[in-house]
Amino acid sequence: MERTISFTLNGKPASVRVDDERMLLWVLRSDLGLTGTKFGCGEALCGACTVIVNQQAVRSCSTPVKDVAGKHVMTIEGLGQNGLHAIQAAFVKHHAFQCGYCTPGMILSAYALLLKTPKPTADQITRHMEDNLCRCGAQVRIVDAIRDASGAPQGGVE
Amino acid sequence: MKPVDCLENGVQGLTRRELLTWAGPGLFLLFGADWFGNDPLSAQEPARLPARQGYPTDINAYLKIGPDGRVTCFSGKVELGQGCMTVLAQILAEELDVAYASVDVVLGDTDLCPYDMGTFGSMNVRNFGPALRGAGAQAKAILLQMAAEQLQAPADRLQVKGGVVTDPSTPGKSVTYGQLVQGKRIERHIEGVAPKPVTAYTIVGKPAPRKDAIDKVTGKAHYAGDVLLPGLLHARLVRPPAHGAKLKDVDTTAAEKAGARVVREGDMVAVLHERPDLADRAFGLVKAQFELPQPTVDDKTIFGHLLKTAPPFQNAGASGDMAEGEKASSAIVEETYLNSYVAHAPMETHSATVSIENGEATVWAGTQAPFSLRQQIAQALGFTPQSVRVITSYVGGGFGGKSSAQQAVEAARLAKATGKPVQVVWNRAEEFFYDSFRPAAVVKIRAGLTPAGKLALWDSQVVGAGEREAKPYYDIPTQRTVSAGGWQGGNPAGMHPFAVGAWRAPSVNTNTFARESHMDILAAKAGVDPLEFRLNHLSDARMRRVLEAAAKQFGWKSAKAPSGRGVGIACGVYSNACVATVAEVAVNRVTGHVQVKRVVSAVDVGMVVNPDGARQQVEGSISMGLGYALTEEVHFKDGEVLDRNFDSYQIPRFSWMPKIEIILIDNPATPALGAGEPPIITMGAVIANAIHDAAGARVLQLPMTPARILEVLRKA
Ligand code: FES
Ligand code: FES
Repeated sequence: MERTISFTLNGKPASVRVDDERMLLWVLRSDLGLTGTKFGCGEALCGACTVIVNQQAVRSCSTPVKDVAGKHVMTIEGLGQNGLHAIQAAFVKHHAFQCGYCTPGMILSAYALLLKTPKPTADQITRHMEDNLCRCGAQVRIVDAIRDASGAPQGGVE
Repeated sequence: MKPVDCLENGVQGLTRRELLTWAGPGLFLLFGADWFGNDPLSAQEPARLPARQGYPTDINAYLKIGPDGRVTCFSGKVELGQGCMTVLAQILAEELDVAYASVDVVLGDTDLCPYDMGTFGSMNVRNFGPALRGAGAQAKAILLQMAAEQLQAPADRLQVKGGVVTDPSTPGKSVTYGQLVQGKRIERHIEGVAPKPVTAYTIVGKPAPRKDAIDKVTGKAHYAGDVLLPGLLHARLVRPPAHGAKLKDVDTTAAEKAGARVVREGDMVAVLHERPDLADRAFGLVKAQFELPQPTVDDKTIFGHLLKTAPPFQNAGASGDMAEGEKASSAIVEETYLNSYVAHAPMETHSATVSIENGEATVWAGTQAPFSLRQQIAQALGFTPQSVRVITSYVGGGFGGKSSAQQAVEAARLAKATGKPVQVVWNRAEEFFYDSFRPAAVVKIRAGLTPAGKLALWDSQVVGAGEREAKPYYDIPTQRTVSAGGWQGGNPAGMHPFAVGAWRAPSVNTNTFARESHMDILAAKAGVDPLEFRLNHLSDARMRRVLEAAAKQFGWKSAKAPSGRGVGIACGVYSNACVATVAEVAVNRVTGHVQVKRVVSAVDVGMVVNPDGARQQVEGSISMGLGYALTEEVHFKDGEVLDRNFDSYQIPRFSWMPKIEIILIDNPATPALGAGEPPIITMGAVIANAIHDAAGARVLQLPMTPARILEVLRKA
């Protein structure tokens, strides 16, 4: 059904008039021009499209936009709006990426983890990140970066 | 796809637009061709391709110094994640003696960058490096000459640091590169400038912060599918259900009714919409009928099919008299090794955005070969190559799979047909369907041992994989290697049911798996520790060194396999780089599941420009290697690719990662060879050997899935 959906996007009010069954990924990328959120599989199998909705990591390719009405959505563009967030800084420091295509999803998945578990063990990180795929093989460094960032203040813009 | 000749550029490799671009402020220098070796053409070319242009002789093609002293480096290479941007900035900063941070890098833009055949085969530092180094050295010499005139001091007395030229005998007197250039166009030429000696390096050989880091952690990094233009249409194309299927009939009325635009041009039928997901939805309403191909072959019958359809064998190396070898052998070991088709599966699917205005096309494409793509697009549109500009922003992984960019040709044709900018982003199923897979292959090896446990005979046949590194580098007096078919094309029609192509270290993953598995079987037969057995047959000092380094780091203890410990060793060569890998695995005998616990990789890739970058490449190789070793294989039947997403096609995940230890052998005497490919080649064999050591099960087929491991265990 076409209607106006309002939500908070990266700390600011947003509303779009759309078919409310459309997936959040495409509304973000195409209607709202926020291309930091990536398409990788379209079927909730890779995590490239991960965004934060009310403090949880969700797969935007499989989340109808109606599900975020009235909620807080944060994309990679919303993280570290005033300088890099601790997780981003740790990804830079550890070079926890190669092609960078999985990176926004990785960072936001890590963000959700550290909100819940500020001091995760390597095992907890692995389990949480398991369904975020990285073809370049940056996994080892991503775990190091998340451990490094843990314990640092984790607040982002919601 | 056939390689396209790129002879379109005029004098000195500069296109019309390049000349225009550089008519503005900046340094304009001319220099001789003496620095890039005497054969720039062949330096860029695999032997069998037709001759194409080499790198330009004009240093302005490689660098520009702005009035503010910032340096821009231009290269036709692309950033696939391999760290090209960072390494090239290091090389140029080193030669010019400017700060690494003051170098910006422009890659893969056919209007701005010097011609390059493409980013593959670890040729970034190996082939483009010397060209860039030469250009940097020449530019520095010219700048020093200019500074000498300005400071009224002999050039050889001047010193440069961070782009500031000083005269040590007159303190306080200095001039910057930016001031020297002053936005003026200067044409100078100095003969015979030698690049900096390796011993004087201060930037190259050290880790450097990646140039692409901030873009990539903030979401600002743009890939070809992130280009948004006014009026942009997203396209979905009708695809055959199987390779070889013919479109019979298509009904697009429902899609049009749903508000989508439809383009039909020959066999191309596309549905377009301003929103990608709505294009997709409308596409779902298209009714297409295909005539299916005759049943052919599937992932089980493929190996027999390859043997039947392969072209005649070609000699890939022979020495000694085979009859003598047979005579000297008291024991013969013969095995057949198989590997399935493997997909590239980059996280970014093939993506492109094309805009055509006033007869000029601008193409943003995820491609490893922007210059060949320009040619292809020009051909498809009936344009001159000069009126096509390919811009390669960041590419979300390539691994050899983005050498061809069919999606960009599709977008270009649709942009022309609609008069609107068009974006084509393949979905995951299209990515699997049109991928140029690593070929399935059959390798037969027959080898003989003397009573003293020395290799006396090696007779091997490679079908499908290609001949690269098929010939063993071990000391074997009598040997013969033949190969039929390969990844480069030229295979008989119908041999492979779909496209095959370069997959990270083409040929060599397959050939190393077969050879190094066989070496382990032979070692066991001879009753010798696998490391010792290899060393007994190796005189190559570099190969011995990587083996010994990896074994030492691992804490290798001599034992006869299978020892039950789950340790394996393997080594290999890729384009003159040497690698040895030791792995430790645990095999679950009930489920067949393999956990790789630890991997030690020692690599000699010549001079290392950026040790941290090289480590990233080794880590990436190990990760990707786990995939082809353990799970990755393309399932197909009668031209239909059954894998459509990451549910059935499993690529490595966080929990698969072993503890990784890397040894970069210090070898500045050998030119940089690139670290993106060599360390992956041993992964199949090292895991096969470790599985055998753990469970006594010798798996002869990649990937070594739980089912295959259980089957071997059952038979054992
Ligand atoms: S694109 Fe959403 S999980 Fe892959
Ligand atoms: S960095 Fe390329 S997919 Fe993760």
